[in-house]
Amino acid sequence: MKRSSVMVPYMVWMILFTVIPLLLVVYYAFTISGPDGAVVSLQNFSRFFEPIYLRVLWRSITLAVISTVVCLVLGYPAALIMAGKAFSRKNTLMLLFVIPMWMNFLLRTYAWLTILERNGFLNSLLVNLGMPRLNILYTDYAVVLGMVYNFLPFMVLPIYSVLSKIDRGVLEAAEDLGANSLIVFTRVILPLSLPGVISGVTMVFMPALTTFVISRLLGGGQFTLIGNLIEQQFLVVGDWGFGSAISMIMIVFILISMAIMSFFEGEEQGATLW
Amino acid sequence: MIILMSLLLVALILSGCKKDTPTLYVYNWGDYIDEDVLGEFEKETGIKVVYDTFATNEDMYVKIKSGGSTYDLIFPSDYMITRMRDEGMLEKINLDNIPNFKYIDERFVGQDYDPNNEYSVPYMWGTMGILYNTTMVHEPVDSWDILWDPKYSKEILMLDSQRDSIGAALLKLGYSLNTTDIQELEEAGRLLKEQKPLVLAYVVDEAKDKMVAGEAALALVWSGEAIYGMQENPDLDYAIPKEGTNLWFDGMAIPKNAKNKEGAEKFIDFLNRPDIAFRNADYTGYATPHKEARKMLDPEIAQSKVAYPDEEDLVNAEVFVSLGKTLKDYDRIWTEVKAY
Repeated sequence: MKRSSVMVPYMVWMILFTVIPLLLVVYYAFTISGPDGAVVSLQNFSRFFEPIYLRVLWRSITLAVISTVVCLVLGYPAALIMAGKAFSRKNTLMLLFVIPMWMNFLLRTYAWLTILERNGFLNSLLVNLGMPRLNILYTDYAVVLGMVYNFLPFMVLPIYSVLSKIDRGVLEAAEDLGANSLIVFTRVILPLSLPGVISGVTMVFMPALTTFVISRLLGGGQFTLIGNLIEQQFLVVGDWGFGSAISMIMIVFILISMAIMSFFEGEEQGATLW
Repeated sequence: MIILMSLLLVALILSGCKKDTPTLYVYNWGDYIDEDVLGEFEKETGIKVVYDTFATNEDMYVKIKSGGSTYDLIFPSDYMITRMRDEGMLEKINLDNIPNFKYIDERFVGQDYDPNNEYSVPYMWGTMGILYNTTMVHEPVDSWDILWDPKYSKEILMLDSQRDSIGAALLKLGYSLNTTDIQELEEAGRLLKEQKPLVLAYVVDEAKDKMVAGEAALALVWSGEAIYGMQENPDLDYAIPKEGTNLWFDGMAIPKNAKNKEGAEKFIDFLNRPDIAFRNADYTGYATPHKEARKMLDPEIAQSKVAYPDEEDLVNAEVFVSLGKTLKDYDRIWTEVKAY
């Protein structure tokens, strides 16, 4: 009895800001406004399955997968080094990952604009070193770079938190039984860190799939991702029905990818970020 | 302790009630006013100004239409004034409260988009054309075709604004900017998709800064952006293509749900005071419909063909009109171009 009354504020919050908005999205997605009010229709969904929009979906998935893989390749070794017993500056490195996140996300992304511009910081550096110019602003490279830059901490931190909790005794036992460091890594550390990897992959893949700011600023409106398409429907065109339908399709996609992740996670306890 | 806290709370609530300063919510285009004049208005009238900006007419329309925010004064363009008026979204303006209206040049009074100026007071006007860098473009710029020339691949900036970018494609094809013919629109859409690999970026307010910094060779811009760019970088020049252009007028209007109509009218009158109108025209680079302000401008700008084109440059110019049902097709085609 007492317990449920404590839950009330949370329930009210959830109903007001999660359940009702979701129901509204469903309502708009399945209706189109006709001359005499809203009519139930699947037209918004069938429109999304035209090749031009499927290509947007495909582009978003590809860029999100690439960003996630790059984050993993960069992030796992970093987490491993930070969790290592020999590494004494672990707190400093940790701070270096976290402090940029205190700064506004938009500001950090804007900063890349001036770095990557044709006559920007990167190119003046390259020219001074006698190297050819690199024009990557407004290409998909710039978009991936922006995603990796912004989401890397979300990969490193969960992996680090799992790695640092591994019992040192387990590693010593493996070494005592004759395993070399490669085998200790592949047979002991890697399997034990998998929950952290999965949670990191989820936390990078989801925002990378739905971002619209990074692709707009660094892609120059050239690379419409699914987030941009939704934003455009709500803020420019005012077609709430189509925007809601795309949002619902995205929710389904995210649910599917979460199901796949938790399948890999198996029986193990998922690692939380902090 | 509890008594102290409740006392504090009461004091807070009371002070909230007492200091009810009148506030004016203004919604304008980005970079479209000398923001110092806002402070002066506050000082002179005691009305606090809350100032927000938008990038395109469509952004502004959707935000007002969805009703989440109330503004007292907005700055829509010609066709948008007609559309919002027809949809009952605008309040009538009482010109008796705006004595400075007398300074507006007769050429800009009673235009087709708002025949009796019942709903809008002109703010700025201009054209749409091509801003180009003469160190990168070594040929005469006189046609929209140049924006489709593969020679300038990744050197072209287009406007992230549907009527303007679709408009440039329609003009290149020799059609009207206000076409309602679906065939012509589809053709323009195809042309914009073909152009997409050549385009560096779709931007609005960033275009002028990119051009000044030499980041691109050609940009589709509004005339005021061109003036600003040419002042900052002498290599830049502006051309109105021979196929025609869009002649546009931005006005000031009061939305239907405005809470401070009186303040909005005061602000319109303030912006039409000769010294203030001059400062805004001087700061933004856009052409002012204000007779006295134009006289005060630096002769270089006041006589500039870019800001104040001759009548003969404008024979091919068309003013956007509100589209009614065809608007849905514009929306769809622009969504497809951006998604392509």
